[in-house]
Amino acid sequence: MNIYQVAYKNLLRKKVRSGLTLLGIALSAWVLVSLFGFNRGYEKALNRDIDNMGFQVLVTAKGCPYEAATLMLKGGTGLRYINEPIVNEVLKYPEVERTTPMLMAAIFDPNKGESGGITAYLGVDPATYPQMKPYLRFRQGTWFTDPEGSEAVVGYEAAELEQREIGDKMLIPEKNVELTVVGVLNRTGTQDDGTIFVPLRTVQKVFEQEGKLTAVGVKIRKEANIAVVEQKLYDLPDVQVVSLVQVKETIMSLISTAKMMVFSIALIAVLIAMLGVVNTILMSVFERFAEIGIIKSIGAMPWDVFKLIWAETIILCLLGGALGIGFSFLLSKITETLIRSLLPYTPTGSLVVISPGLAFLTMAVVLGVGLVSGLYPAWRAARIRPLESIRSEGE
Amino acid sequence: MNGQEFALEAAGITKIYRRGSEDIPALNGVSLKIRRGEFVAFVGPSGSGKTTLVNILGCLDNASAGSLILSGRTIFSEQRKLSEAELTRIRRSVFGYIFQKFYLLPTLTVLENVTLPFTFFKKEGIAKDPQEILRFLGLERRMNHLPGQLSGGEMQRVAIARALVNSPDILLADEPTGNLDSKRSQEIGEVIRKLNEKEGLTVLLVTHNLTLAGLAGRTIELRDGRIQA
Repeated sequence: MNIYQVAYKNLLRKKVRSGLTLLGIALSAWVLVSLFGFNRGYEKALNRDIDNMGFQVLVTAKGCPYEAATLMLKGGTGLRYINEPIVNEVLKYPEVERTTPMLMAAIFDPNKGESGGITAYLGVDPATYPQMKPYLRFRQGTWFTDPEGSEAVVGYEAAELEQREIGDKMLIPEKNVELTVVGVLNRTGTQDDGTIFVPLRTVQKVFEQEGKLTAVGVKIRKEANIAVVEQKLYDLPDVQVVSLVQVKETIMSLISTAKMMVFSIALIAVLIAMLGVVNTILMSVFERFAEIGIIKSIGAMPWDVFKLIWAETIILCLLGGALGIGFSFLLSKITETLIRSLLPYTPTGSLVVISPGLAFLTMAVVLGVGLVSGLYPAWRAARIRPLESIRSEGE
Repeated sequence: MNGQEFALEAAGITKIYRRGSEDIPALNGVSLKIRRGEFVAFVGPSGSGKTTLVNILGCLDNASAGSLILSGRTIFSEQRKLSEAELTRIRRSVFGYIFQKFYLLPTLTVLENVTLPFTFFKKEGIAKDPQEILRFLGLERRMNHLPGQLSGGEMQRVAIARALVNSPDILLADEPTGNLDSKRSQEIGEVIRKLNEKEGLTVLLVTHNLTLAGLAGRTIELRDGRIQA
């Protein structure tokens, strides 16, 4: 029989007390794993969302930084335009790898939903847009056959909503122009899912905005500093530059406050669990005062007693940690739903990413906490003198 | 008579407890010699100093003055006091202890309780087979029982087995029958006598029970911290 077996059997003596302490540690481990997993998962998901946009900088007309938001708030009326030659101006910068011009147009569709709604069309350049977003995959069909044709490529959700398949005809209300669906995209988890793509020239013609754009997507070379390029682009007349790095930083700073709060709660949870462990083991040492004295009289050195009590703490923490990590794997979906309900913005994809490495790291933290928690009770036990303990029991 | 004939030689053992500013003498210069294989009972009224003396002889406590020699080796003297670690080393290699309470670990089986000392220390080549000791003590059918399933007499026999597993030179028994009825007390007394007679174990017994003391080869009576007879 080794010291760990003795320690384990000692813990079985007060099953309820040991069980409650174990549960406290498990809950702390669960919170820790979920938080660490969230920390990694959120940033990863956000980066993925931003990378999937294909460009890091958006050049828009001054005063109209967010075209999609403008559409939502004002319908088709609030958009501002930039002139198409700006694309060539942007391309002159050596740091710019490629550009893609875009024109967003929207119109009220009385047949949409129960009482009508705004339908938006994104005019894209068939020559540059697919290059900018090579990850887009088609469920049906492909990109446009004619750069000036009356064709549409429909995002996954837009197609689902309107039950569109290739070959279907879509009427642009008021304009009496019929678009033929030539492609339906696979789900991307981004705003592309809800978009109806139309060749740029067609949108310009139909909505009478020839030579106009709402935005230019700019992809910066990998080696270039985005912040520096962003600053240079401001030299262009009447433009606003929106960097997706900025957007990401803004979102991350919003989230960091929430993360700090959650981390504080986790820290408190860990401290409470730690105090629980100290309390349980210390009580157990006091209750076994005489018994520990006897153990010393049958041959245990102070270090042996220290190890025995420390082993009890380690066993509690290992079992509690394993249970908590098990919880976090099993309940990660619930944790994710909870986080989604708490945060103002969450990217698509998995928010809580729990890897074996993370489980190992959490176990190390829990074990570290256990080792520290066990120091004082173990030290107290090691100092017990057999005679004093036997006397105290006799009194 | 050379030193090796004696398991234990104590000279001028004095113990003074300090309570506040007051000194309370518990032992006043006690000297005695105990031969190997001897069975000695210490008797006397409460507060006479018998337990204090046996605790010092059993290296559970330090004396205020005096000297102690175990098997020819000086353990402490006027010039030398022992640290707790040194006391532990001597205790585990020389003594086996049994007390009024049994102090068995309730979640360990009888066999595990008896094997417990090996977790910390084992006298290689000398240590006894725990199952053999349990058979010797009539507990062969109780090996896998928990202490809670045993009678008081059985629990004390388990405590004796635990004390014997590392083959001690001296068995120190402090009121081993204090928690038992007269029948069980007699049983335990017989076990201790058998260990002394058949195994040649040196036994130091502290008891109020004169019948039990009658089993010993020699009885030492203490009164007011001094040996009377």
